[in-house]
Amino acid sequence: MGMTMTQKILAAHAGLENVVAGQLINAKLDIVLGNDITTPVAINEFKKAGFDTVFDKDKVVIVLDHFVPNKDIKAAEQSKTCREFACSHCVSHFYDVGKMGIEHALLPEQGIVTAGDCIIGADSHTCTYGALGAFSTGVGSTDMAAGMATGIAWFKVPSAIKFNLTGKLAPNCSGKDVILTIIGMIGVDGALYKSMEFTGDGVRGLSMDDRLCICNMAIEAGAKNGIFPVDDITMKYLNGRSKRTPKIFEADADAEYEKVIEIDLTKIVPTVACPHLPENTHPTSELHDIKIDQVVIGSCTNGRLEDMEAAYNILNGKKIADGIRCIIIPGTMEILRECVERGWYTAFIDAGAVVSTPTCGPCLGGYMGILASGERCIATTNRNFVGRMGHVDSEVYLASPHTAAASALTGYITEYKED
Amino acid sequence: MKTQGKVFKYPDNVDTDVIIPARYLNTPDAKELALHCMEDIDADFVKKVQEGDVMVAGWNFGCGSSREHAPLVIKTCKVGCVIAKSFARIFYRNAINIGLPILECEEAAEEIMAGDEIKVDFDTGIIYNITTEKTYKAQPFPPFIQNIIKSGGLLKSLKEGENDA
Ligand code: SF4
Repeated sequence: MGMTMTQKILAAHAGLENVVAGQLINAKLDIVLGNDITTPVAINEFKKAGFDTVFDKDKVVIVLDHFVPNKDIKAAEQSKTCREFACSHCVSHFYDVGKMGIEHALLPEQGIVTAGDCIIGADSHTCTYGALGAFSTGVGSTDMAAGMATGIAWFKVPSAIKFNLTGKLAPNCSGKDVILTIIGMIGVDGALYKSMEFTGDGVRGLSMDDRLCICNMAIEAGAKNGIFPVDDITMKYLNGRSKRTPKIFEADADAEYEKVIEIDLTKIVPTVACPHLPENTHPTSELHDIKIDQVVIGSCTNGRLEDMEAAYNILNGKKIADGIRCIIIPGTMEILRECVERGWYTAFIDAGAVVSTPTCGPCLGGYMGILASGERCIATTNRNFVGRMGHVDSEVYLASPHTAAASALTGYITEYKED
Repeated sequence: MKTQGKVFKYPDNVDTDVIIPARYLNTPDAKELALHCMEDIDADFVKKVQEGDVMVAGWNFGCGSSREHAPLVIKTCKVGCVIAKSFARIFYRNAINIGLPILECEEAAEEIMAGDEIKVDFDTGIIYNITTEKTYKAQPFPPFIQNIIKSGGLLKSLKEGENDA
């Protein structure tokens, strides 16, 4: 029996000819990732278990991104713990303020992750790197500690759902609308324990930023990972970036899938996930009466250059509606720099937005845009759970950068239409 | 491993943001974090929970973030076991890795009610509802995972060299 793309990567990293869904394996890791919230817990476990060296100083990545520049004293202590550990173990990929970015925007951009990799990260959105043709999944801090110590993690080989993409997206839609539509269709546990394998002619029309956004939210359907085949767009992206040689894996023609779901990209419409679950999706056009208080454009889902460009194209020369706070957070320092160089930063300020240095900040209700009771935010982030961005009685609506920016101009949830 | 206690019942899709809100994650201290366990959907939980009590929930318990703080605060509140129709995969993995007993059993999760007194034998997967005198059987873990749990968590099992998949 053939293997899926995910199964092939796992088999190769477990040193096995063949694996089947449900099989328990130990796989070698190419990258072990942690952030300022999950790493301190992992360090504690690592030390408690009596380990004193990391398996490979070039394969451990620590990114301070959730609460930096530190939001308070406790957050500062957590960063300090990470910094000291990274320093004492000579971790080569340690990203502190000034160099950091939101981890899942940063790692692909810096070429730290590449096609064919097997990656774990103590952050649920580690599944983002599937866009590059890697197996990549989120784990907890104990797994991170074990990964740092041994370079190995245990996995149950997942079965898969195949998403056959055809056609091309409308200009006012992006990867975010695709993944929100899919989650609305299959539900927040629709791909529980499984891999979401995206294939078909439609893949060609999706940019790398679209693919990263789609894989980023695979976890919001409960998936173990999301993955795209490696094509010209992938190779163009990896070329000159990738620190290691990309390896291309392809699904066997006779690979077994639990389900095949057809997605016609021409039929995708701008979509919003209403509170309090990402599966609670509606066409944006049906939500036009919903008044908002805040707009957030950023996060590991939509803080990339194309997202900033979408925001710029909509906000340039316009004014954000009275009473609306619009917060724009480029995902990495490089993206921030591009925004400055291209004049987008100025355009954002002129429109009445604020622009922050990279941080997760409001996405997880950390800081930089916390909501009061009864307030509503439209955000390009990935979760709209109860209390996710602040008060338990506040609401988060998930949308694309197009929709978020268009809504900032009206003060209501608004579908973007090209003039 | 066995536990006996009162049931706290929760719906489908209980996410890690309500198990432990991110606003408190500026400390890794489990005791401090545990004071806020379930705060956003069950403000009294921390006051009422007693050692050995059991959480019973619907589908996809623990969805959302990878934060290990979530199973950790539940364990720190001395909850004896979590029973759900299904668990989100990272939560499931984390619970095993830190040694929080969890069981998947659709029937038990459906029928057991808030406030019921139940007894759970984690090794056999037998769940006994003392209040209604009904018995349920959950799937036991595969031996590989039982080894991790028996050694007291993933890192200990690694040290003992028992982690041979
Ligand atoms: S941006 Fe949000 S979802 Fe992404 S890593 Fe940060 S907190 Fe998590």
